[in-house]
Amino acid sequence: MDIIQLLFIFVLAAFLGYELIKKVPSQLHTPLMSGSNAISGITIVGAILALHTDTGYFALILGFLALILATINVVGGYVVTDRMLAMFKNKESKK
Amino acid sequence: MSPSLINFVYIVASILFVLGIKMLGSAKTARKGNLISSVGMLMAVVVTLLYKGLDFKYIVVGLIIGGAIGLVAAKRVKMTAMPEMVALFNGFGGLASLLVGWAEYEKIRGQGFLEYFTRQDAPVIFTSTVIVLAVLIGGITFTGSIQAWGKLSGKLGSRAVIIPAQRLINGAIVGGIVLLSLLFIFSGNLELSSGTQLAIFLGVVLLSLALGVLGVLPIGGGDMPVVIALLNSFSGLAAAAAGFVILNNVLIVAGCLVGCSGLILTIIMCKAMNRSLTNVLFSGFGSSTQKTGA
Repeated sequence: MDIIQLLFIFVLAAFLGYELIKKVPSQLHTPLMSGSNAISGITIVGAILALHTDTGYFALILGFLALILATINVVGGYVVTDRMLAMFKNKESKK
Repeated sequence: MSPSLINFVYIVASILFVLGIKMLGSAKTARKGNLISSVGMLMAVVVTLLYKGLDFKYIVVGLIIGGAIGLVAAKRVKMTAMPEMVALFNGFGGLASLLVGWAEYEKIRGQGFLEYFTRQDAPVIFTSTVIVLAVLIGGITFTGSIQAWGKLSGKLGSRAVIIPAQRLINGAIVGGIVLLSLLFIFSGNLELSSGTQLAIFLGVVLLSLALGVLGVLPIGGGDMPVVIALLNSFSGLAAAAAGFVILNNVLIVAGCLVGCSGLILTIIMCKAMNRSLTNVLFSGFGSSTQKTGA
């Protein structure tokens, strides 16, 4: 893809991120942080693509480590967020 | 599967991320929002596997190891220890982006610039700039988050620590990073040898890791959640930078969404404490050396 196009979507995504978060109740700050942390594990896609068959040995090790770490970030991030929010729901229903 | 079809699925995944973040902002829909964003992530991962020439044995093993560690850690962690777990996960994400940037740099070194850039539709200066950014932001995120994890879990002591001449040292590190980054970016023009370039690159890696440690050192106590929110924003930006290295739109969109929403969240959290972000980052609030009655 063209770099200019990619910069273009980068700028649009920045504004979108701003608009999405403007009004959030304070008790949701931590789950929101945790949930978006899981999304930042999207670098998992970059790690998968780094593991090309024609990659050199050292780059392969780097990509493999990146993949493990990113997968921990993604899986752990989503599960922890879900647990947080489940706890949240229990509290509400008890009231 | 053709690249345009893969990119189409990436667009769908991006939409799910946007919806997910939006729904996370309201108590009623938050849990569903998290689920929707995880579906987006699954789609992005599965469709990426359809690219040609991938080394599947490493991918499968990596996914299984990482998935198992992440699942067990997230299931076992106590409710009260969740914030530091998020910090730790965030640090792993940052390190992953650093390693993706490094792996691409190794590919460039291995194949030679000419071979690499016949496949890549970007100028050399652009790619070396975004490689430096991915490594730099990823490195700061990694050690900063590990430090935040250590402080929150009490392993490193939760107080703010002020070391002598801290600002001077941090200033020198930032200066060093700027200098080495510029040297790396223009190393092609400066006709530096591959070995010199690698040394400069490793210098940037080490300095950014050091900056993460020293940057979070003077922050403590009640300010830690703000720092984690900021580091979360950084890990998004690192992923976006890695996305620019490999010219991948889903990394850029998702990374930038997290980067920007994380930054806004950080500022909202600071406002809730009636402080400014610079005050939180540089004041050394609650430090052991701070004089009383100030």
